[in-house]
Amino acid sequence: MAAKSTTGTTWNVYDANTMSAKEIYGRVLRELASKNDKIVGVTADLEKSTNIGIFGKEFPDRMFNVGIAEQNLFGVAAGLAKVGFIPFASTFAVFAALRGVEQVRTDICYQNLPVKIIATHGGLSFGQAGTTHHCTEDIAIMKAFPNMTVIVPADGAETGKAVEACLDIPGPVYIRVGRGFEPPFHQDDNFNFEIGKGELVNDGTDVTIITCGIGVLQAKFAAEELKNVDGISARVINIHTIKPIDKEIIMKAVKETRRIVTLEEHNVIGGLGDSVAAVIAESGKGCAFTKMGLQDEFSVVGYPEDLYSHYRMDSSGIAESVREIMGREFEADEDWSDEV
Amino acid sequence: MAKLSIDELKAKAKELRTLIIDTTVWAGSGHYGGALSSADILTALYFRYLNLDPANPDWEDRDRFILSKGHSGLGYIPCLHLKGYFPVDDLKNFNHFMSPFGMHPDCHKVKGCDASTGSLGHGLPMGLGMALGARLLKKPFKTVVLLGDGECDEGSNYEAMMAAAHYKTDNLIAIVDRNQLMIDGFTEDVMSLEPFADKWKAFNWDVIECDGHNMEELCAALDKAWAANSGKPTVIIAKTVKGKGVKFLENDVRSHYGAFDSAKAEEAKQDIANS
Repeated sequence: MAAKSTTGTTWNVYDANTMSAKEIYGRVLRELASKNDKIVGVTADLEKSTNIGIFGKEFPDRMFNVGIAEQNLFGVAAGLAKVGFIPFASTFAVFAALRGVEQVRTDICYQNLPVKIIATHGGLSFGQAGTTHHCTEDIAIMKAFPNMTVIVPADGAETGKAVEACLDIPGPVYIRVGRGFEPPFHQDDNFNFEIGKGELVNDGTDVTIITCGIGVLQAKFAAEELKNVDGISARVINIHTIKPIDKEIIMKAVKETRRIVTLEEHNVIGGLGDSVAAVIAESGKGCAFTKMGLQDEFSVVGYPEDLYSHYRMDSSGIAESVREIMGREFEADEDWSDEV
Repeated sequence: MAKLSIDELKAKAKELRTLIIDTTVWAGSGHYGGALSSADILTALYFRYLNLDPANPDWEDRDRFILSKGHSGLGYIPCLHLKGYFPVDDLKNFNHFMSPFGMHPDCHKVKGCDASTGSLGHGLPMGLGMALGARLLKKPFKTVVLLGDGECDEGSNYEAMMAAAHYKTDNLIAIVDRNQLMIDGFTEDVMSLEPFADKWKAFNWDVIECDGHNMEELCAALDKAWAANSGKPTVIIAKTVKGKGVKFLENDVRSHYGAFDSAKAEEAKQDIANS
């Protein structure tokens, strides 16, 4: 099966079941670059680890490896963008969001340059590497920069579409993916992807789980469990674009389910949950609300699946959180006098 | 645009220095010390070397210039006026509410400005990106980055120095305004840079040292840098004096930033006229 892109590119559907998000990224980038000679790649000794090297192998003169030097990585990307290129800059999320972040903010976002940062090993996906290589702050940091678009795809197929779609954004984009061992959510690429538009994964009427990244598949499993075991009808929404966020799909869920659980592979401070909370608070509508993710703590070491379980990001942890919120009181009408 | 002769450049530098004093008064305050130390360098670049078209600031074949020491916007922005990018009246709003001109240049607001700077250590990496881009585009334009010497404490410069030599970008020229002073004192007291030229040489750059206030020497250095085809990037270490041209500011740590009253401004302009 092949997908028609907005730019007229046709790229093969890579087997989402055997290929990681970053591998699909490398291949899609190679494909896009064959049609667009303005695309260049920049990395900091992570050609192989981030898979930008798939592009680099085909276009060695358009690939710049600056060594282990992330400030220079983003400065060079900004300079290339200044003279007309569309640089894809790849490193681990923790280095993109922290080690070179002033260059991202001042050189790229302030100057509003079309640098596309594809950050791999986001969240807890580098499990055994520990906290220095985990990144649970990047969404908060990146979304705070004016001009920046922030995307956390659910899997490889969505990553491919995001990488292609980000070319239509005139300014900077941050796309966060995992290490490559995350199971795919989409079975094929036969789905719509639009930056800034959430995806309804599963309809439901009692509660809504709003999530992104690895949370999407787990939330879908949780919704099945909740339906079968508890008779709870859980809606699941994939908010792949954290910024700009899809207010409409969130408010529809608030109105129709009145209970919202957010889940992210990130600190609950500053990430998806806070973006959703802001939408709800600004609307003036009330609902029960819970943010799941790292509860303002540094992560422990372990295999990613053990970490997801430990931090209740797997399906059973999500289901447990949903059960808790189902029992929670909240102001459902205009009358506050009956409140404790 | 015609290239100025050495004598014309000297006169133009005086004009720029005088305008720096006026702009400081209009702005209320400013980083005049580093603006004055870089005035000859800026004048030589803008009136003899950089290939630019002020009527077409976005001309894609223009030479690129990055003021990495962004706090010298007080020298750079008046220089862009002298080059013809905008009228002098615009400078009278310098630092004022909603002005296009603040302490540090914003490329979206300052005509002729290629990069927004202010935070130190950002110019050389960006300049390297531009130089790599020029090569990929097969365009002959040069990229020139003006750094402060105190700025060279920033580690990001060394990341870019290493990569520029690795990628053999001989279309990249760095100039260091070596006025020996930073906010807290002399560079050698706060954080020693010496042996400074050796550092650049060790990173495999061609190094030219010159008197940054001697127009003949500066132009000889720039001639050489412009002709470079050795496969190495070039750095010009221009020995300068902070506050140059105004006696009561020269080589004084207090001339990094401040304000003038009108009497002092007149005295400064007299000094410049007599220099």
